[in-house]
Amino acid sequence: MGRKLLLEHANVPGIETHEVYRKMGGYRSVEKALKTMSPDDVVAEVQKSGLRGRGGAGFPTGMKWSFLAKPDGVPRYLLCNADESEPGTFKDRYLMEKIPHLLIEGMIVSSYALGANQSYIYIRGEYMWILEILEKAIAEAYANGWLGKNILGSGYDLDLRVAPGGGAYICGEETALIESLEGKRGNPRIKPPFPAVKGLWGCPTVVNNVESLAAVVPIINDGAEEYAKIGVGKSTGTKLISACGNLVKPGVYEIELGMSVEEFIYSDEWCGGIANGKKLKACVPGGSSVPILPAHLVTRTATGEERMMSYEGLAEGGFATGSMLGSGGFIVFDEDQCIVRNTWNFARFYAHESCGQCSPCREGTGWMERVLHRIENGKGNMRDIDLLADINKKIEGNTICPLGDAAAWPVAAAIRHFREEFEWHITNPQEAVTRNYGLLKETAL
Amino acid sequence: MFSPEKLAEVQALMNQYPEGKHKSALIRILHIAEAEFGGWLSPQTMDYVAELLNIQPIEVYEVATFYTMFNIQPVGKFVFEVCRTGPCMLVGSDQIIDYIGEKLNIQVGETTADGMFTLKTAECLGACGYGPMLQCGKQYHEHLTKEKVDALIASCRAGEASPNTQN
Repeated sequence: MGRKLLLEHANVPGIETHEVYRKMGGYRSVEKALKTMSPDDVVAEVQKSGLRGRGGAGFPTGMKWSFLAKPDGVPRYLLCNADESEPGTFKDRYLMEKIPHLLIEGMIVSSYALGANQSYIYIRGEYMWILEILEKAIAEAYANGWLGKNILGSGYDLDLRVAPGGGAYICGEETALIESLEGKRGNPRIKPPFPAVKGLWGCPTVVNNVESLAAVVPIINDGAEEYAKIGVGKSTGTKLISACGNLVKPGVYEIELGMSVEEFIYSDEWCGGIANGKKLKACVPGGSSVPILPAHLVTRTATGEERMMSYEGLAEGGFATGSMLGSGGFIVFDEDQCIVRNTWNFARFYAHESCGQCSPCREGTGWMERVLHRIENGKGNMRDIDLLADINKKIEGNTICPLGDAAAWPVAAAIRHFREEFEWHITNPQEAVTRNYGLLKETAL
Repeated sequence: MFSPEKLAEVQALMNQYPEGKHKSALIRILHIAEAEFGGWLSPQTMDYVAELLNIQPIEVYEVATFYTMFNIQPVGKFVFEVCRTGPCMLVGSDQIIDYIGEKLNIQVGETTADGMFTLKTAECLGACGYGPMLQCGKQYHEHLTKEKVDALIASCRAGEASPNTQN
């Protein structure tokens, strides 16, 4: 097992309390930052660490921070995106449930770096019990002087609150999140202006994922250089992976970026292989939006090299033969799973979650869902496959926010890699509704 | 009308936001109102919330109808929201949905005649590694089997499980 920077103490009894968390070295980074570093020093340290956004896009966190506008007399805000809703992703939940003070600590240091005196955690409404865990921990942080006025006598003030959503995937998109936090429908905003210039209530705002903010703690504690020693290339540090689907041991794992996919799936230390003694058929390695990979491209790249769990490793081969690390929602399919059914299921998800603002997404996601539904139910036509590709192209890149792309990519990738299975559903309608295509293609290879 | 205690809670939530930005508390207040007033947001409830926040009723309606967690029709005492998205489907959520429907003799979206149970499906609830699962009130019920569903329904009937309250 590799180094654990975030979850090292996650299973210490009582770690959710301030007392135990502090005893295990908690809040050291607040002391270090507020007493020995300027806000700009903290930003520089995070930039140097190479930390990339852990919510899915992988944008360098320090760079995002450096874009924050700082006009005089205008408040700035830090928002934590805890709207975790990407199918396959349940890592932020684990972190907040187990070790809530780590997020709070990361938010204090990050808010200090950005000059924010008011920060909010926006959490998905279904996680109401985690909201309560966070509020309890926040109350403890206030009581122990980590939040409030003049923290550690530094002259720095910070208030931190939690706000719930109401069950809308789109609110994980940062401008939709801001709209929602303003008490409105979660309709994404047109960018520019970016939140760094005009965000919450029109003020400069940074929105970061839970895990990104938590990672600031070890970066400040141990220094950017130590952090960047872990990982490979531009994928530095550790990453939480939420593994699910047909695995022996699904769950949340903290990996050092750069470990091999094969080891992650099959080693007993990690996921323990495919459940029920079955064979691997496919994997969606970074949440439902990223391209699906057929078995032969999961553990190896198209050129036969070992595939690595890193931003670059999972993207190796581009969209033709690769995928993305995304949010770390690692979904594994065994040989009995139907790719057409799963593609339809994901299409239904996006059709359900489209906010309805942009026509290509509002209409296109519904069309894809209906076309896939009829193929899955043995009523498809060969032209449907090209029709799907056509709808895809009309959505991709033509919407205000990335939900359109997120809906289009999984369909395009499924057809790219599993076209025979779609065709089989169409040419064998009776069988398609009673039997599984299984591994026909894989075994023929 | 909220009780004086609830009203104080709502006021405190509004105060978490800067002067004039108290509309930000709307979603959270709707969760509380839903739990307090029978598990759903009637037009009267929404108008009341609008009045509390000093905003137009339409500002409440548009939010209540956008977010799928809010029930804008009456529901049963216990609402089962079963996750139906990919990762849960891979481990048998379709079968669990069918089983609950059979057991309660209702279709998805319906409420039992005695007003006890409503069966709904939900998109990904963030429990992908622990499926199949359902949410009832605040509680997640994970790694579901037919036996666990039976036990849950029995405990709801016996009044042991907490009803559909988010707050």
